[in-house]
Formats: sequence, C-alpha cells, structure tokens
Amino acid sequence: MFAACLPTRIITNHCFFASLTMLSLDKLTKQYKTGDLALNDIYLEIPDGQVMALIGPSGAGKSTLIRCVNRLVEPTSGSICLNETELSSLSQGELRRARRRMGMIFQEYALVERLSVMENVLSGRLGYVSFWRSYFRNFPQTDVDEAYRLLARVGLDHMADKRADELSGGQRQRVGICRALIQNPELLLVDEPTASLDPKTSRQIMRLICELCKERKLSAIINIHDVFLAQMFAERIVGLQLGEIVYDGPPDGLTPDVLTTIYGEEDWESTIEKVKEEDFEEKRKDSTSLASGK
Amino acid sequence: MPNEQQAKIKIWQRRDRGHQLTIWACQFIGVAIFVYCWQLVSDNTIWMFVTDAPHQANDMFERMLPPKWEYMDVLWRPIWDTVIIATLGTLMAVVFAFPIAFLAARNTTPSTAFVRPFALFIIVSSRSINSLLWALMLVTILGPGVFAGVLAIGFRSIGFCAKLLYEAIEEIDETQVEAVTATGAKGSQVLNYGIVPQILPAFAGISVFRWDINIRESAILGLVGAGGIGLQLSSSIDTVSWTQVSLILLVILVTVILSEWVSAKIRHSII
Amino acid sequence: MSAIRIWKRPPFIKRAWLRWSLTIGGSLFLLVAIGTMDVNWQRVAAGVPRAERFISSFFPPDFASKSSDIWEGIFESLWMTVVSTVIGILLSIPIGLGAARNLAPRPIYLFFRGVLAVSRTFPEIIIALFAVKLFGFGPFAGIIALSIGSIGFYGKLLAEDIEDMDPVQAEAVKSTGSSWLQWLNYSVQPQVTPRMIGLAMYRFDINFRESAVLGIVGAGGIGATLLTTFDRYEFSSSASILLIIIGIVMAVEYSSGYIRKWVQ
Repeated sequence: MFAACLPTRIITNHCFFASLTMLSLDKLTKQYKTGDLALNDIYLEIPDGQVMALIGPSGAGKSTLIRCVNRLVEPTSGSICLNETELSSLSQGELRRARRRMGMIFQEYALVERLSVMENVLSGRLGYVSFWRSYFRNFPQTDVDEAYRLLARVGLDHMADKRADELSGGQRQRVGICRALIQNPELLLVDEPTASLDPKTSRQIMRLICELCKERKLSAIINIHDVFLAQMFAERIVGLQLGEIVYDGPPDGLTPDVLTTIYGEEDWESTIEKVKEEDFEEKRKDSTSLASGK
Repeated sequence: MPNEQQAKIKIWQRRDRGHQLTIWACQFIGVAIFVYCWQLVSDNTIWMFVTDAPHQANDMFERMLPPKWEYMDVLWRPIWDTVIIATLGTLMAVVFAFPIAFLAARNTTPSTAFVRPFALFIIVSSRSINSLLWALMLVTILGPGVFAGVLAIGFRSIGFCAKLLYEAIEEIDETQVEAVTATGAKGSQVLNYGIVPQILPAFAGISVFRWDINIRESAILGLVGAGGIGLQLSSSIDTVSWTQVSLILLVILVTVILSEWVSAKIRHSII
Repeated sequence: MSAIRIWKRPPFIKRAWLRWSLTIGGSLFLLVAIGTMDVNWQRVAAGVPRAERFISSFFPPDFASKSSDIWEGIFESLWMTVVSTVIGILLSIPIGLGAARNLAPRPIYLFFRGVLAVSRTFPEIIIALFAVKLFGFGPFAGIIALSIGSIGFYGKLLAEDIEDMDPVQAEAVKSTGSSWLQWLNYSVQPQVTPRMIGLAMYRFDINFRESAVLGIVGAGGIGATLLTTFDRYEFSSSASILLIIIGIVMAVEYSSGYIRKWVQ
C-alpha cells in the first residue's frame, strides 16, 4: 500500500525534486496527544524563490504546518525536504544546522524583550558561533556589519542599543525580520506577521517582507489569516481547512465560492468591495505623503 | 557610546566601557567577599569531622530504621498541640494584622507622617524576628507551654500578614472606591463597600498561606519549650533514640504535606 | 403586585449543610483548642513584671556590656549567610533547570521535584539539628542547613519562573538553530534573571534571620549569644541584639529594593 501511494517518488534521505524545489512536504501528518488531527496528509511543493501565502481560519493547522517544517513541532509522520535535505529524520545537531537555513518570523514578534535590539538581531547567528563567543557577545565583525546593514535596511539602525521592549509593534516586527534574515536563510517561515499590528503597519510589514524576499531570492511561506493582504502580496495562495489543503492556486483564483469552502459562509462580495476601497484610499494617502515628504 | 565609528567599521559592544567596568568591579567585589567568608568558614571548621560525615550519616540512617511505631501513642498529643499553635496563632495574627494593614497602606492610612511609620515599624520588627526567637522570649517571660507558642506564632505572623495585606490594599482599583464615595458614603461605609470586597480574596489567601507555613514553624517551637512536637524531637535526639526520631520526622513530613494539601484546596476554592 | 420582596445578601457558601457544618465544626474546634491549651495563669501573671523589665530594657538598649560577644556573633551570622546563600543558589540553578517541566524530560523533572520537595519540608533548624550531629558544633553545620533550605526555596521558585516564561521568545531563539546552552543564555536567562536577583536578595534576608536562631541548636551565629543572655535574664543585652537584627534586616530589605529597581 505504501508503494502504491508513491509510484513516482522514492523517499530517501535525498529528495527527488532537487533543482527547482526549495521545500517539499509529503504525506505530512501531525496528530497532537489530545487526538486532534492538526495536519492530515499534506502534500506541498514550493519552488525556489516563490512567496506563498497560507490562509485559513484559526485552528486550520497553519501554525502547526510552519512549525513542522523546522520541527519546533515534531510531525507525526511524513517527509519534509528542504533543498535536498530530508528534515524529518535529522539528529539534534543536524537539525540545528538545518534550522540555520530557515528564518522564522513570529506573530507577537517574539523578541527576547530584555535583550537589546542588536542582541536580538545577532541571536540569529547563534547557530554559527560557539557558545562562549555568544556568551560574551563577541560575534565576528562580519556578523555585526551585516546586522547594522539589515537594521539600516529596515530603518532602525539608530535603535540598535535600545531594549526590545521599548520599541513599537511595527519596529519590533522589523527587528524580528532582521533576526530571521541574518541567518542567511534559504527559506522564510512567517507566522501571522501582522496579527498584532494596525492595518497600515501590516501592509508596510508585508511589503517589506516581500521586497526582501525578492532582493535575496528567498522562498517564503507566510501564514496569514487576512485574505486580502495575502492576495495583495503573495504569488501563490494555499488554503487550509481542518488540516487539509482545499485551495492551491493564484491569488485571483480566490472566488467567493473558494473562500466559502475555506472559511465558511459570509457575504464575500461586499467584503471584497469594501476592503478594496479602503486599500485604494490607503495607497493614495501613502503616495501623497511620500510626495510631500520629498 | 557603545558603537564607535572606526574607519567605517562599526564596532558593537553589549555595554559601553564605563558600564562594563562597573559590572566587573561588582563581580570582583562579590567574589572577594565570598572568598573571605569562605576563609572564615574553613578556619572555624574541623575538617576531620566533615570528611567523616558520610560514614556518620550512614550509621545514623541505619540506626533510624525501622521507626518505632508504638511511640505514636505518645505523639498524638504533641501533634494536636502543634496544630493548635499554628491555628490559634494564625487567627490571632490575622485579627491584629487587618487593622495594622489599613494603617500602613498609603491610600488608607489616617496620617502618612505619624501613623504609617509606626505601623510599618510594627510590621518590620515582627517580621525580622524569627518565631523561634519570639518563642524564646515568651518562654522566658511566660514560662514554657502551648500558650507561649501561640503568642510566638502570632507575633511573628502579624508582620507577614500585614505586609502582604497592605501591599494588596495599595494595589486596589481606585475607581471602585471613587464610585462608592460618590454615592455620599461615610468613610467606614467606603471601607466596607469599596475596599474590603476587593481585598477579601487576597486576605483569605494570605491567611491560609501563613497557616500552612505556621504548621512547619510550630513543629520546631518545642526546641525552646513552647509546646508542640519539637519537644519530643529534641529529647529523642538528646537521648539518641533514633527510631523515635525517624518516626517524628515521618509525622512532621505527613503533617506538612497534609497542611499543604488543605491550604492548596482552600485557596483554590476561594479564588 | 404588592408583595414585598425581601432582599438578603446571599451567603458565601451556597450549600446550607456545608455552611452550617463548617460554622459548627469551626467553633467546636476553637472551643476544644482553647480548652486543651491549659494555660498556667499563675505562671503568666508571674511573668508580667519580667515582661515589664524586658520591655523597659529596650529604653535604652545596652550595646556596651557584652559588645565583643555581640559583634562576633553578628559577624559570624553574616558570613554564614553569605556563604550559604551563594552555595545554595549555585547548587539550585542546575536543580531548578532540571525541575522545570518545559526544560527537562519527565524522569529528570520528577527526580528534581522530589529533591526540592524533600529539602523544603523540614525547617532549617531541624536540618541543623542533624548537621550538628554529623559535622560537629559550629558554623559549618549551620551553613549546611541554610544551604539546603536555600536550595529548596530558590530551586522551586526558579523552576516555576522558567515554567512561566514566554514560550514564544524561547521558540524564536530555538528556531535560529542555537545550541541548548545558547538557547538558555539568550532566551531563558534574560527572562528569569531580574526576578531571580530579587529573590536572591530575599533569600539572603531569610538566611540571615534563620542564622540568628541556629545557635540555639549549636550551629553557629548570633543565636547562641542571644540564648545565653535570655538564660541569664540579661534582657538589656538581648534587646540590643534584637535591635541589631531588625536593623540589618531592614538594611537588606531597603538595598534589595534598590538593586531590584536597578536590574529591571
């Protein structure tokens, strides 16, 4: 039966789709101890350089899926393959080395609040330096240079020695982005980056993430419950419902019917209209303020 | 400045130099104090006894087994006394701590200049003196017995309860008090309707918590003659009846676990 | 509808039988308790003049007549406190890490929780009784007792604090590929340090107060001197010792307030 399911693929420590695929998940299943089936037989492939949005109602398993990729949550079964490396069978040490290759951005920023901005950013290099170097905060100068460069890129280089809990929500999320990027990752795992931000900051953060992905040719999985932000920024959308993929396609394929299958009943037509208007207003304001700023 | 511009290389240090030096100085002083104190310890210790201790401990342990169960008949009364001392002592402490806490809390005290420092002094002196010291004093004055134990536990607990309670009073929601005041209530009515309901859960929690601690404390008051099971413990140790000692330790263990369980249950049902 | 509606404050305990049995049981217990206390009122009455003498000896306390004994005892209490606090805290760090449910595997967790429970059950003075038997009279026995007490106290609170930390911050550091030690250093340590420094000061305070009584069982410190003054009814010297203890405890409490503010 096992063989019958996989006529074309052989699951070994090396994955079959190597050159084009950044990440591939196969038959990924996660069942929690409570018996909840969070992910059921997920099959997903993400090509190199693609920004993909994962949408779905809360409890659909978005967060579990992302955490299974870097094994913060241990999957029950299935394979996870990052650029030729099979992740699901790695030992602890190998797993740490694999985690360096995946930057993660969190919902509530997840900065270590009592450390400074710089320490938070440099903590992205922990996988690369020895314990004692990190203990004495003696990072290689190249890392420090890169940290300053990233902070400057997100407009926070003047804040480097502030403590993380002095920052506003948007600023914290920028620091979180820097921490993920300084790992020099191949893949970004982004978990609800805008959940605790206001609408305008949300758009700025999403724009920033997508720009940075383009600049560095990164692939990304972005968990997001806001459909319209997803449509605005992602190249591809995957809809998850009760641990199963119910939609996989381009952003403009999200018709009201599809949304109903993902989220359940709602008057999607009018909601779409309303949000589009709002967004238009927002963009106009942005451009005028930019113009006046210059 | 933590980051200095040096030929375009930005150096980053976790702290600036002054701060780092201060921290090193503090660490150095700390280590020096510890080393000095350790020196004193080692001067005052006969190391031969210490190296012999594992052997001694093994020996003692062997002589403790099995516990002398029939000694239990003698122990019921001291156990009862221990519980009485803890309970009545806590009760007494609670009765006194309640008004003192109101006098000590910044937002309810009648006068910050005179009454509050006085109340705080009572709290500090009650807290600073271990219940065993209180017992020592009271036994000297009142003679040995349970009564001295109750007073000792009571005096020690007044400060503890009053401190936690006045901190709780200072943290109450002022708008609720304002709302009651706005109805035209008198001071005592404000207290009754605006403040007391807010601190009652904390008050009950503190009392039960202290009772739990007091069970432990009253188990040792017997060492200085203030009643409770400690008397049997010290006399059993003095007469080297190790099988009695192990039974007493077992009894204390069970009592403490039971009281912890009871207090956890009560606190759980209050909150 | 002219029926009069009577309002009464609902009782705290809703079930009537429970309410009544608690009330009756409680009062019965109190009666029996007070009844079995058998106070020797004659002896108490005899104590009144002694109490007067004791209280009056505070005004003014006599620091002079036994000053060398007093200062030696206080000094001994202080260095016992320093050594036992440091040793206790150093040992309780690994134990606390092992007793945190979110850090340690289940068997290790249960083992260290057991260690903590045992070291917390017995008051320091009982441990001191045994330490004196094992190590001989003197401050070393006291230091052992205080260190064990500190481990139980500090280890438990450390473990609880680690269990209460923000798991997302910890997860974020783990996701960068950090090793276990780096993870402790970057996510656990910053989160628990401020509170633990405050608690270390608090434990210092407790240890000092305890060290003042250990002398009663011969485990060093000011307690022995204090016991002697009581035995000889030299109340003015006892008063001065008590005042010094209160003074030091207050000083530690105030400075710990400052240190806590400083590390925030």
